Amino acid sequence: FAGLADVSISEDIPVEGEITVPVGSHSPDEDYSTLDEPVKDTIMRDLKAVGKKFVHVMYPKKSSALLRDWDLWGPLVLCVSLALMLQGGSADSKDDGGPQFAEVFVIIWFGAVVITLNSKLLGGTISFFQSLCVLGYCVLPLTVAMLVCRLVLLAGSGTVSFIIRLIVVIAMFAWSTLASTAFLADSQPPNRKALVVYPIFLFYFVISWMILTFTPQ
Amino acid sequence: IASLVMYLFAEFDDAANLLAANPDATTISIDEPTEIPKKQHSRLQEPGREEDDELLGTDDSDKTELLAGQKKSAPFWTFEYYQTFFDVDTYQVLDRIKGSVFPVPGKNFVRLYIRSNPDLYGPFWICATLVFTIAVSGNLSNFFIHLGKPTYHYVPEFRKVSIAATTIYAYAWLVPLALWGFLMWRNSKVMNIVSYSFLEIVCVYGYSLFIYIPTAILWIIPEKVVRWVLVMFSLCLSGSVLVMTFWPAVRDDNRRIALATVGTIVVLHALLAVGCLAYFFDAPELDYPAPIIPAHNVSTVITKSR
Repeated sequence: FAGLADVSISEDIPVEGEITVPVGSHSPDEDYSTLDEPVKDTIMRDLKAVGKKFVHVMYPKKSSALLRDWDLWGPLVLCVSLALMLQGGSADSKDDGGPQFAEVFVIIWFGAVVITLNSKLLGGTISFFQSLCVLGYCVLPLTVAMLVCRLVLLAGSGTVSFIIRLIVVIAMFAWSTLASTAFLADSQPPNRKALVVYPIFLFYFVISWMILTFTPQ
Repeated sequence: IASLVMYLFAEFDDAANLLAANPDATTISIDEPTEIPKKQHSRLQEPGREEDDELLGTDDSDKTELLAGQKKSAPFWTFEYYQTFFDVDTYQVLDRIKGSVFPVPGKNFVRLYIRSNPDLYGPFWICATLVFTIAVSGNLSNFFIHLGKPTYHYVPEFRKVSIAATTIYAYAWLVPLALWGFLMWRNSKVMNIVSYSFLEIVCVYGYSLFIYIPTAILWIIPEKVVRWVLVMFSLCLSGSVLVMTFWPAVRDDNRRIALATVGTIVVLHALLAVGCLAYFFDAPELDYPAPIIPAHNVSTVITKSR
């Protein structure tokens, strides 16, 4: 800065200005401090993110946005509602009934963790929570199937209702498996894709079996 | 020369980091690129003359000897250690399944298919599939057998899944453990030519259970004769795989002990099959007692139905 040493300002020109940097209303700094926003904004933002992912699952397109912003709210809500809807089944003795709430919970979460570990051990590049997020969200079609099954069972439980339930469950099972495969299969090396897809198939098959064999009291 | 050595160490360090970030890059190439950075990494604390030879690339025999014997060189608390047990491709898993279902007489399953690359993928997922197949088929078979009976109300019998899981995973892990311990003990007394590592035994047992999956599905057919024929058939196939694998490991031993070992292996395998059939699949009855029966006939009917 040696060259500025001989710059001089004549005394009759007032020097004025502002030292503070003007902060515009659209500055990116404001997004970092979400502490001051109203609670409704926070909740709506998370709900919108969850809703967007639900839509992504129902119309699976290859989208990296879903994988980048993972969250586990959606899977939790789906798992709890599925486990709750599977309650109230028939049980002549305690041993022969359908799955208990804890059993459904454990199967879904433990199954998802095992599949994620399996995919990572086989050399997949997807992160642990991203994979959990995708597997959890893809339970949505099966939760819808459970809802439909319970409604159909309200109408009656004969052969016709069984056939309707069978078709609905098979369709939703295929939808779940295809949706999760669309998101997860790309992160695997090509010669191991089948090794990763098969456990996902088994996982959703078990959940579909639990939904199909639900019989009300 | 010291600065050259440090520079080359740094380069291999970078290569190791790059490879760690991109594990799928190693699946296409052979083991060599992964082995060299790991070796350099683990030997950073003890520089010696062998280091210089390897860095200069003049000593090939040293490298190959380490590659053949020291495949799993990562410490057991890292993730990479467990990744070495899942180092199989789709076609390899399918080949191993094929080898367990069609045993080639005289060929050893371990030597032919596993070849020092035991994997845990096959045993784990075959056991998981078998657990759910047995539970689902048992439930379906009971449903079809009792269908149409007026007193029957369908139950999903979900408890049986946990029982099936405990049984099958215990069989697939504890029996190989016991067998491995026994073979190690015999090895210390009698020098055997063939010896297997624990993971190879787990692998053989896991893949030999595959034949029970289609068998369990076919057990839905409610005919006693069909079921027992299936038991015999699948027992012969998977039992022969096990026998052909373990006979070379015990044949140098005392005759009685060798025969007893192989016999125990077959008997335990048969017990698993028969036990699953008896517990999960109700016996197909020709007749069920009608709801209204005279009192003095009740006892005879009940004894007949068991």
